[in-house]
Amino acid sequence: MGSTRNVHGGLRLDAHKQRSTRTPLRLASVPSQVVLPLDQHAGSPATPLVEPGDIVALGQPIAAAQSDISAWLHSPVSGRVIAIEPRHAPHKVDSVSVVIDNDGEDRKHAANTPIDFQSLTPAALCEHIARGGIVGLGGAAFPTAAKLLRASASEQLHLLLNGAECEPWISCDEMLMRERAADIVFGAQVLCHALNAARCTIAIEDDVPEAQQALEAALATQSDTITLITVPSVYPAGGERQLITSVIGMEVPSDGLPSDVGVVCQNVGTAAAVAGWIRDGEPLISRIVSVTGSGVREPANLEARIGTPIADLVADCGGYTEDVQALIMGGSMMGVALASDALPVLKATNCIVVATSTDLQPRDPEMPCIRCGNCSDVCPASLLPQQLHWYTLGGDQPALERLGLLDCIECGCCDYVCPSQIPLTQRFREAKPALITTLTARRQADAARARFESREQRLARLEQEQRARLEEKRRQLTGRKTSPTGPE
Amino acid sequence: MLAAILLTAVLAALLAIVMLLPTAASTTSEARLIERINDLLPQTQCGRCTFKGCKPYATAVARGEADINQCPPGGDATAAELATLLRREPKRVDPKFGIMPLRAEVAWIDEPACIGCTKCIQACPVDAIVGASKFMHTVIAAQCTGCELCIPPCPVDCIEMRPAAD
Repeated sequence: MGSTRNVHGGLRLDAHKQRSTRTPLRLASVPSQVVLPLDQHAGSPATPLVEPGDIVALGQPIAAAQSDISAWLHSPVSGRVIAIEPRHAPHKVDSVSVVIDNDGEDRKHAANTPIDFQSLTPAALCEHIARGGIVGLGGAAFPTAAKLLRASASEQLHLLLNGAECEPWISCDEMLMRERAADIVFGAQVLCHALNAARCTIAIEDDVPEAQQALEAALATQSDTITLITVPSVYPAGGERQLITSVIGMEVPSDGLPSDVGVVCQNVGTAAAVAGWIRDGEPLISRIVSVTGSGVREPANLEARIGTPIADLVADCGGYTEDVQALIMGGSMMGVALASDALPVLKATNCIVVATSTDLQPRDPEMPCIRCGNCSDVCPASLLPQQLHWYTLGGDQPALERLGLLDCIECGCCDYVCPSQIPLTQRFREAKPALITTLTARRQADAARARFESREQRLARLEQEQRARLEEKRRQLTGRKTSPTGPE
Repeated sequence: MLAAILLTAVLAALLAIVMLLPTAASTTSEARLIERINDLLPQTQCGRCTFKGCKPYATAVARGEADINQCPPGGDATAAELATLLRREPKRVDPKFGIMPLRAEVAWIDEPACIGCTKCIQACPVDAIVGASKFMHTVIAAQCTGCELCIPPCPVDCIEMRPAAD
């Protein structure tokens, strides 16, 4: 166990994890139909490999990664593709999705076989991990292979496995660590090999003793390259940049990547998914989802196939109680409210909070900012939310850029402590796209200007050279005319 | 006597410097103004303003030879920013200088039809087209500013504007 550094800001929140950790992890019922959005990962959408009417097997690739930041998608059931069409999805109103009718047979795709990862080069292993459709399971769904490839150029990397699940309601990683610690350790070894990493640390919060014991037991049989570290359970301890700062004591530069400080961060769930793909030949077709909140009768953690309707998960957990106010995907701090329970589980779906009025923090009408400064005290990115608030209201983009709006991780801490009930995070989330558009346009304009100016210089130089050549020619010709017998 | 001559000479020299200073200063301040105007322009280099690129237009605006409402790619927003910078009345862009599509567009070459004449390459103000004589050409979409200058020179009409990727 190493020591950790303090990170600025953050909140100690009441944890509600024990509600969904009382019962062991179990399999969710398999739905009769799955809906699989092609853009459920970060980056560009996947390209479908199947057509309506095709018969697919369990684990068969149904869509291929399109660019370097994209992910493969596999069928989580065996059955028939009935449509590829826009469907409602949690992250987008209309997202082109593959819809598959389950035939209930779970015929496995024969080409998916376990492999010996030690025999592969790191680059080949990254490629193989990409083929497994593995994305970051912490919530951002960034394609894992892309992250590994970007970082693998650096030497002496430190692999940091993120088991610090700081959102108060989510417990899927905790249950995974308690019940499948060996998978995480195996996945860590695979990831270390893919990155050629020098060492690996698994970071967990200090309030999950069962998970800690399970991981210690799993690590006892391993060599000592993998260590376990606990961080204080302060929200958002599990934010990538916050965790890196608390574990290695260095901040990731604002415009940089974790690999700039020699670290690659992966979620523990991602490591377990990598283990499943390498050791068992099972691509990412299911994930653990916490179904919790006062609005569900028996909160639990379920291993659900991707594409399962959320209503099925709630039914598996005993159904709704009365007085359900909201359905939230993700945690209570950073999650998004869902319009309906017919939406499918995505690779990024770590938690469904079925909230009643007792779970929701009542919000009074917004009052003016009194400049108390509570928000800047709790901001884990060390920003000044009160200043950002004024400048978002005024639409002052240069000021927003200067004050680091794009470094906001949307954790919701400033909202939580604001005595005037200002929806700060919402404001920042809305202001970001416009700022990104402006900055992109400026970057493109700068590039165009540089290219234009270098072209002008080149044309001027060419013209000058041409003129010099003509001049030389003329000089030679006139020289010959005056002295025809002269030397050439 | 000698002191008086020296004094006069020194004074004359000083006066000459003082008199020459404003011209030197005005050229640097004009260069600065051109840069500041150029910073506000979208760098499309399309020439719709009737000048041969954004910087020549910026120079003309700074010298009072062009109005602030001649840049369709920048639109009314750029015209307003120029008005603020130059402390003039804001103006809408004059439609006679052209109208831009609502969505950003980039040039696209129908490659099988391209005969490799390099005329579009010579027309492109930002070197965003690659190719060589008698070889197929293609547009580097990420570098294309959507200026449309490559379209008229193409002898086989194989270039068209398509919506830019997001």
